Amino acid sequence: MTKDEHREGIKGMANPGRYGIERIAYLLMRLSGLGLLGYFIAHIYETSNILRGRMGWDDFLAMTQTTEGHIFLALVIGMCVFHTGNGIRIMLGHGGVGVGKPARPDYPYEPASQNYRHKIGIYSSIVLAAVAMMYGMAVMFGE
Amino acid sequence: MAQVSSTVDEQVPTLLSVSKSILLRISKFNPELDKSSKFMEFTVSYEKWTTVLEAILDVKKHFDHSVAVRYSCRQATCGSCGMLINGKPRLACFTKISELDSDVVTVEPMNNFPVIRDLTVGFEKLFDTHQKIKPYVIRDDTELESDQREFLQSPQEVEQYIQFANCIKCGLCNSACPTMATDSSFVGPQALAQAYRYVADSRDKGKDTRLNIIDESHGIWRCHFAGSCSQVCPKGVDPAMGIQFLRGYLLGFRN
Repeated sequence: MTKDEHREGIKGMANPGRYGIERIAYLLMRLSGLGLLGYFIAHIYETSNILRGRMGWDDFLAMTQTTEGHIFLALVIGMCVFHTGNGIRIMLGHGGVGVGKPARPDYPYEPASQNYRHKIGIYSSIVLAAVAMMYGMAVMFGE
Repeated sequence: MAQVSSTVDEQVPTLLSVSKSILLRISKFNPELDKSSKFMEFTVSYEKWTTVLEAILDVKKHFDHSVAVRYSCRQATCGSCGMLINGKPRLACFTKISELDSDVVTVEPMNNFPVIRDLTVGFEKLFDTHQKIKPYVIRDDTELESDQREFLQSPQEVEQYIQFANCIKCGLCNSACPTMATDSSFVGPQALAQAYRYVADSRDKGKDTRLNIIDESHGIWRCHFAGSCSQVCPKGVDPAMGIQFLRGYLLGFRN
């Protein structure tokens, strides 16, 4: 700790435990965004294997047919669904949609911007992601 | 009455009621002398109505007068006594120990502010960013002519900004903000909420000026709507709402 710096840093940014479901959604949004970016780069590398011909393509694709590959793809499905659902919620909020109306606050000062619509949006995104992951795993492991 | 935890119990019973006690852990850090912070522990008796600030002042009075804490009004009006209480930014004068529901109360200086000493942090940057967004009504005709009346507003027009005028510049929102945790140049929820307060004021004509100020790389676009600022605000200002409305102006959703 120094006199000039007392920032929480990434550890504080990523600590979701103190501010409710909205902060958890914030963390999941960051993690799923980074995960999807990683998948995007890996996907470009994966599809570039077609330049190695059919054998090379089949060899690389076989990696996704393993248990680890299925779990990885299920995680990608979950991240994709959550990021989409929560992203729509956030985009609407950024436009001022569903964040309540300014009014004289009354104690105990429940913030109108953290209303039930947004909480439903967050929980729905999590549930949808979980359902999509389970469906994906049922399809992949059910082969 | 407080006491250092390592000393023999010498509690003085109050006349009003039988009080309970908690372990108060106070962060001690002097940037001129110390390399890292350490905690001093005190056993403090409290009543149902005892605030964290009163407990800290009790420690100052009876055991360690060197504890540095800033306070003034003791009624959540001056915004001086913001600190981390059990890990969350709160006003010490507005937080009752009995409401914390814990036998251990840990107080630390607010995050994202430079520590002056112990629980006291520097507000220079907060005030700088607050000043940066021009926190006053901007008009060409600021001075009233002798035969003019004041700038009248309807109750509906007042409702648009009065909530945001409650800001006491305590800095709790900036301390809770996850973007402030990593971006030292971010303008912060306090200043952004105050930008909205004046943009929404029907008397003000400085909307474009303020939107230009916050429309920069470390400005409003760094807010990701985590909402922690609104959750910790002790005055119900709801900075997250104001910031999203401001963004609505910039995106063309609002006029």
